[in-house]
Amino acid sequence: MEPILEVKDLSISFTQYGRGTKQVLLPVIRDLSLTIAPGQVVAVVGSSGSGKSLLAHGILGILPYNSHMAGEITFLGQPLTPKRAEKVRGKEIVLVPQGVTYLDPLMKVGPQIRKGRWDQSARQASRAVLERYGLGADTEERYPFELSGGMARRVLIATAAAETPKLVIADEPTPGLDARSAKRVLGHFREMADSGAGVLLITHDLELALTIADRVAVFYAGETVEEANAADFTAGKLRHPYTRALWNALPQNGFVPIPGAQPGPGEVGEGCPFAPRCPKQQPECLGPVPYREWDGGLVHCLDPEGGE
Amino acid sequence: MSLEAKQLTFGYRRKGKAPVLDHIDLKLEPGERLGLAGPSGRGKTTLCKLLAGYERPDRGEVLVDGKPLKEYRGICPVQMIWQHPETAVDPLMKLGDTLKEGGPVEEGLLEALHIQPAWLERYPTELSGGELQRFCIARALRPGVRYLLCDEVSAMLDLVTQAQIWTFLLDQAEKRNLGLVIVSHNSALMEKLCTRVQTLT
Repeated sequence: MEPILEVKDLSISFTQYGRGTKQVLLPVIRDLSLTIAPGQVVAVVGSSGSGKSLLAHGILGILPYNSHMAGEITFLGQPLTPKRAEKVRGKEIVLVPQGVTYLDPLMKVGPQIRKGRWDQSARQASRAVLERYGLGADTEERYPFELSGGMARRVLIATAAAETPKLVIADEPTPGLDARSAKRVLGHFREMADSGAGVLLITHDLELALTIADRVAVFYAGETVEEANAADFTAGKLRHPYTRALWNALPQNGFVPIPGAQPGPGEVGEGCPFAPRCPKQQPECLGPVPYREWDGGLVHCLDPEGGE
Repeated sequence: MSLEAKQLTFGYRRKGKAPVLDHIDLKLEPGERLGLAGPSGRGKTTLCKLLAGYERPDRGEVLVDGKPLKEYRGICPVQMIWQHPETAVDPLMKLGDTLKEGGPVEEGLLEALHIQPAWLERYPTELSGGELQRFCIARALRPGVRYLLCDEVSAMLDLVTQAQIWTFLLDQAEKRNLGLVIVSHNSALMEKLCTRVQTLT
């Protein structure tokens, strides 16, 4: 089946002013590849600051003016040019944004969901979509500051679900929701996928992601370090040391922290960005590391676990 | 020695609406870690705001060691760490200056939180949520602080950072004999962290 979205060797960098008028190029995403088939939920899991949101913004063509994007993005078999992105976003490709700050603070919820339409059918549709996410009709008359964190997030999801999208990009849709609402929200993304859409689920909540995702791509400092099937996690079939560290940091799996912090953009050399914190670090890790197939998944490591 | 809420009632003044918090009692001893659970919209954050003195209750009172919270001067003994760190720092100030606002930072704190010296020269938009949250924690850990209210402090963070930050907070809580209020929707996390859990309904 033709994939809904294909991202190939995507790199995103920013131009910044260094000292005086000198400009510096700051790479934030390097050689990223990702494929989403119809009916699939692909989760992108990674630490904050690893470039997950930028990937979403890159697909939608809403990166800031001082950014550069290289590589290929194909949507439904056609290249996704900035012009086409502008046409399909909000309709065929929808974003469920990360922050509650994406709501217009001066506009009531109802008009925000209706996107400016005032006719009777739009009103009915907005009421129905709010109800689907467990929000009462009085929510329409509220301003964003009158919503709790969890309600605001459901409003954001309702805004996206009001269309019938081919690709749903969900950027951290669950923080601030209680476990039951979070499961229900993710269930709605699963539903969208089961009816033929592709879902790109950007999250740091590995545990919740595993409940609905088919595949999981793990991000670290702007790179995909591993792409695995969701089942590989519970089966202990993890390939990259960072993926393993994530798994072991789950409260129910030992709650083990590893020291250090993720390197910021521009601080990553040619080699593996995880090398400074890696227990299996070798001198070769500072050189180029290929992204290769390994034991049924893809991994960015010289000495992956499992396999041959 | 305790942080006590007595019959707290508070509403956001919408016509004909029931108050968010209705006669809530809560008691926290130093060294205790109290979890606050409940579905969204039940006033967990509002309760934290009342306990830290950001809002005044309509009825009832907040006592620290038997003395009303509003009678304390200087740095409040109850400090709150917010769910969204990007909204808890001044966007126009470098983070080094944000830290200094609360007075000098204790030695070793920045290293323990893995805050890189270069971050002090940056503005909030140039750092990620996890990096900002480390600053918010460093800012809240003043010598006179006795209680920390952690409102979904790790909900935005990846698992490794979450484990790192909680290991740090538990360690500090023990060293300083702090009482913690922990708000989270993650039941596995609550079970790991809390000594007892109170549910808001």
